[in-house]
Amino acid sequence: MALINKRSIWSLPLLALLAWNCTSENSNIPELSAGDQISYNFHIRPILSDKCFACHGPDANKREADLRLDTEEGAFTSLKESPGKFALVSGSLEESEVYHRIISEDPGELMPPPESNLSLTEKEKELIKKWIKQGAKYEPHWAFTRAEKPNLPATNDWSENEIDLFVYQKMKSIGLEPNPVAKPHELIKRASLDLTGLPPSPELLDRFGDFTGENNYDDLLDGLLADKAFGEKLAVLWMDISRYADSYGYQDDNIRSQWPYRDWVIHAFNENMPYDQFVTWQLAGDLLPNASKEQILATAFNRNHKYTEEGGVIDEEYRIEYVLDKTNTFSKGLLGITMECAQCHDHKYDPFSQKEYYELFAFFNNTPEKGYEGDVSISKPAKTPVLWVDQQDLSGIMSFINYQDSSKLSISVMGELEGEEKRTTYILDRGVYDAPTVPVSASTPASILEFPKDLEANRLGLAKWATDRNNPLTARVFVNLIWQEIFGTGIVKSAGDFGMQGDLPSHPELLDWLAVDFMENGWDIKRLLKQILSSSTYQQSAELTKDHLAKDPENIYLARAPRLRLSAENIQDLILASSGLLHQELGGPSVKPYQPEGVWEAASSGRGVLATYVQDTGKSLYRRGLYNFIKLTVPPPKAIIFDSSNRDQCEVGRGRTNTPLQALVMLNDPMVLEASRVLAMNLTSKYQDNTEALEMAFKRILCRDMKSDEAALIEDYFEDQLERFEKNEDQIKPTLEVGEYPIDSTKETARSAALMQVIVSLYNLEETITKI
Amino acid sequence: MEKEILEQGLNLNRRKFLSKLSLGVGSAALGSLLIPDLFKGGSPDEDAIMSALPHFAPKAKRVIYLFQNGAPSQLESFDYKPLLNKNMGQELPESIRGGQRLTGMTAGQTSFPLVGSYYKFNQYGESRAWISEIFPHTAGVVDDICIIKSMHTEAINHDPALTFFQTGAQVGNRPSMGSWLSYGLGSENSNLPAFCVLLSRGKGNGQGVYSKLWSNGFLDATHQGVQFSNSEDPVLYLKDPKSMSRDERRKMLDQISAMNDLNYREFNDPEISAKIQQYEMAYRMQTAVPEMTDVSKEPDSIIKMYGPDCLIPGTYAANCLLARKLSESGVRFVQLYHQGWDQHGNLPSEMALQAKDVDQASAALVKDLKQRGLLDETLVIWGGEFGRTNYCQGKILEDNYGRDHHPRAFSIWMAGGGVKSGMVYGETDEFGYNITENPVHVHDFQATVMNLMGIDHERMTYKHLGRRYRLTDVSGHVIKDIIA
Repeated sequence: MALINKRSIWSLPLLALLAWNCTSENSNIPELSAGDQISYNFHIRPILSDKCFACHGPDANKREADLRLDTEEGAFTSLKESPGKFALVSGSLEESEVYHRIISEDPGELMPPPESNLSLTEKEKELIKKWIKQGAKYEPHWAFTRAEKPNLPATNDWSENEIDLFVYQKMKSIGLEPNPVAKPHELIKRASLDLTGLPPSPELLDRFGDFTGENNYDDLLDGLLADKAFGEKLAVLWMDISRYADSYGYQDDNIRSQWPYRDWVIHAFNENMPYDQFVTWQLAGDLLPNASKEQILATAFNRNHKYTEEGGVIDEEYRIEYVLDKTNTFSKGLLGITMECAQCHDHKYDPFSQKEYYELFAFFNNTPEKGYEGDVSISKPAKTPVLWVDQQDLSGIMSFINYQDSSKLSISVMGELEGEEKRTTYILDRGVYDAPTVPVSASTPASILEFPKDLEANRLGLAKWATDRNNPLTARVFVNLIWQEIFGTGIVKSAGDFGMQGDLPSHPELLDWLAVDFMENGWDIKRLLKQILSSSTYQQSAELTKDHLAKDPENIYLARAPRLRLSAENIQDLILASSGLLHQELGGPSVKPYQPEGVWEAASSGRGVLATYVQDTGKSLYRRGLYNFIKLTVPPPKAIIFDSSNRDQCEVGRGRTNTPLQALVMLNDPMVLEASRVLAMNLTSKYQDNTEALEMAFKRILCRDMKSDEAALIEDYFEDQLERFEKNEDQIKPTLEVGEYPIDSTKETARSAALMQVIVSLYNLEETITKI
Repeated sequence: MEKEILEQGLNLNRRKFLSKLSLGVGSAALGSLLIPDLFKGGSPDEDAIMSALPHFAPKAKRVIYLFQNGAPSQLESFDYKPLLNKNMGQELPESIRGGQRLTGMTAGQTSFPLVGSYYKFNQYGESRAWISEIFPHTAGVVDDICIIKSMHTEAINHDPALTFFQTGAQVGNRPSMGSWLSYGLGSENSNLPAFCVLLSRGKGNGQGVYSKLWSNGFLDATHQGVQFSNSEDPVLYLKDPKSMSRDERRKMLDQISAMNDLNYREFNDPEISAKIQQYEMAYRMQTAVPEMTDVSKEPDSIIKMYGPDCLIPGTYAANCLLARKLSESGVRFVQLYHQGWDQHGNLPSEMALQAKDVDQASAALVKDLKQRGLLDETLVIWGGEFGRTNYCQGKILEDNYGRDHHPRAFSIWMAGGGVKSGMVYGETDEFGYNITENPVHVHDFQATVMNLMGIDHERMTYKHLGRRYRLTDVSGHVIKDIIA
């Protein structure tokens, strides 16, 4: 197998990697001193990739002057247009044409050329100059090299486990010290949100207290990992990756039933299915020997993308579109590469040819799937090939599917054409469905890992390739996604792009150590999470100091815990759980909670069962955010306002904005108001003492006790509101009567209305929806 | 300053501010160690692009895009083809069709009978442009608009074609044109979103719209289009609950701010102060938006100009009036969609109804902007996602026929914002099937809109997952001929 580098790739340029900062372009560059070692991977390749490879890189059709700088061979060959001259000559600025061209003042000579709208900064020129002087040594791209466990840095008193050794070394290098340990209640809230997506109840907070009693932090983690809510929390990430939705997308956007796949994902996470198996079942469960229905259900992963039901479309155009989506989802979600760039032409930055794109595409091109099965008038909940699930299955191995109806379920899954029916895959010129050129067979990009000859040339072989110990990407990419879940930013910030244009890892050795450790220990997801949450790094306080802001505003060095706003789903979960309204039930068909009137109707074609929004009632109003019905053409507006994926395609990370529309949701959403009302009325019944009621409300929502200055503000506001409602009794009813949850009209008092206002204000605090 | 606050949702500013802070201490502490730009795709790249904007003096400051969703027929509106009436029922010559791929709707037809316009055409204005009788008001402003008869696209189905017009790509999750402009230029009003979306529906065969059409794609969510509705909440969640007076709302916000401030003092996270400011903007929006949607202060002359429908919230006419008010208040991009233009059949009856919905208000918008002296700096665009075939879908009946989708040639119009007025640009063959001069591709159109807004479409890029994206993907030429 190619590119197996026994030595960890990070060992050589370690000195240079120890310290760096994320600075703006116009910052002063420190003088380069003679001893500084320039690293191709860290310093040079990012420049060449971004500014040069588009014309002097992997894309053979767009290569200028027949010069390629992305390979050592190409860069050191005699120039075609100036024989005897060389782009690069090791150690010689004078003879290296690259150097003359980047410093040229002649617009005709200058590289990159002015018309490209690209230019090199002085700092970048300086780095290239120094690199050439030092020998212009190339290195294989770090992410395409087999991961090896690096040596551990020296031990220290702060470190709880291996993670901390790497993090400590890094933060010390810029003169930062770790933050003190977070307060116990902060840790309980943090771990609870990270592992279950739910806030800790007052009972849980009391049980663990300051961890000095019978229950310590380790027990907390074990308990949370064993909670069924664990699978629901992690499933949100996987729903983004697998672009899960409850409708077909495109114009009429009718209903589909892929939700049993979502139930399977929750189940698999809760059962702690090893990640390699999790991936294999999803890619190729149907091809496993004597495949079970559960294994086949997992392949719905490949079928969650959009399907058109627009009358008059061309079947093959859309069938190809679907295969492209499958290919791109596999590449981005599991391998962390932007393969789709090679759909139309050789990749501009990464060593993937257009041929290799269609070789990968070929794995997914052999399913008996149609581009078009008719318009919305004959729409069915699943499209060929379909998995049928009956009552017998539901009471057997498929009991994790939460289905209360007696009719059979159908889910779109994968199947494989055999014998003469097998499709031939062609390279599609410019990526267009009706421009096939050269036939290709299924294979994987050689620069990542050659496809072994002894593997089946089908999706099962692809799954084995992806989960092979020598595959440099799969484990790194997943470990990085989990890191991103916890710390907000991955060790590689561009979680979906580990290629040449992607961000470099902030802690390269740590990433490799975690990835290899993950593989060596059975791809155990819960173990990985426990490892991270047990670290001292994780347990730090989130408090920011002037030193942090000055040296590390983006918290790359992790000398503090991040403060992160919760996801749209987890905000809903927090509000419902803390108010006592949450209906905890695992899985089942998606639900339609409160939604402003007319949102679907305004955008609908008027056809299909989703033309109008029919809101659910009863307990369906109080399910976790994960279960909200997703209509692709009009995704739930609240979720979109809070940066969730619109599920149009595979996404591996969400933004985290702070907007006035979010403030409006938190202030006026009936769900928030209803939760506030229900909690207020319960507390006013339970506690005769106002202070006690306020304290309990605060503890349920903020997951801690109030401080005295907070208590003063809150009590003042409560008294003010009490006076308001006592003076204006006519305002009590309309204030309290929001939402469908039954209301005891005998308890509609000024006191409960006033407490409700306090609770609304508490839900609107920044801290409430923030993981601290 | 206002622009910066709104546009970047404070995050970018904070980053800039903090990275400035880091220079002094950071570089001293680092000594002679190297500082590679490891986090590319972040601020430096973005800042360099942002600081160059606008690339040149803009002709237009704002855009109002009147999207006619479903694809109105060019042959019953702006592309007059008497030959089709003369050769009614005759076969479309194969030489003209030239292997054009057909949608599944008509691919199975063995006959492609030419069909002429049911409506009469006349010439208007100084430009002597031909306009059909169902657009009398548009005909009245013909010397203020520029009709482009040579638009063409790549898609033949609604969803990809609409997506292509709005985002520059047929598939994928890319930012919409309004999001790009919000990102690049920000808003002129700190109490209103930079990109607003208004929907209406006609009586003709409709195709739906999709919120991805006004999606921010990979840009920050602050650039997503904010949909206005005709319900009691003109913007989602805008309205305070029952019995909540403005004073009580103020009081609650003060309480929230005071509590947040205590927290800020403990954690020092600038995100907390940013939150306080977002709540303040929400409060201001609660006043500013209802002022926009309230037309009661508009004089009778204006109501008369837009037509009586403009008093019925949610109609196209009401949306045109609202668009004027939003635009006048500094909203960068107002996107209207009017559904119902998909006349595969029943064209003679449906198209007249559709035209009646939009004709008067579209023309009124142009006139209204002009009388306020705003037309010069406001670009108005009217058009659909593709055109319609010159042959009949199905059989031609007396008083009834239909047309299938046609990507090769169709008409749109633009007005104001630096576009030449009283102009007809581009030409099609006598069958109205192929373009014979000055073709305008969708990317050319987008490049031209960007150019009018002071943006070089090739230079305003956004790096996402390693690639620099732009609205015009990898093509597009500015149509200089139509720029005044």
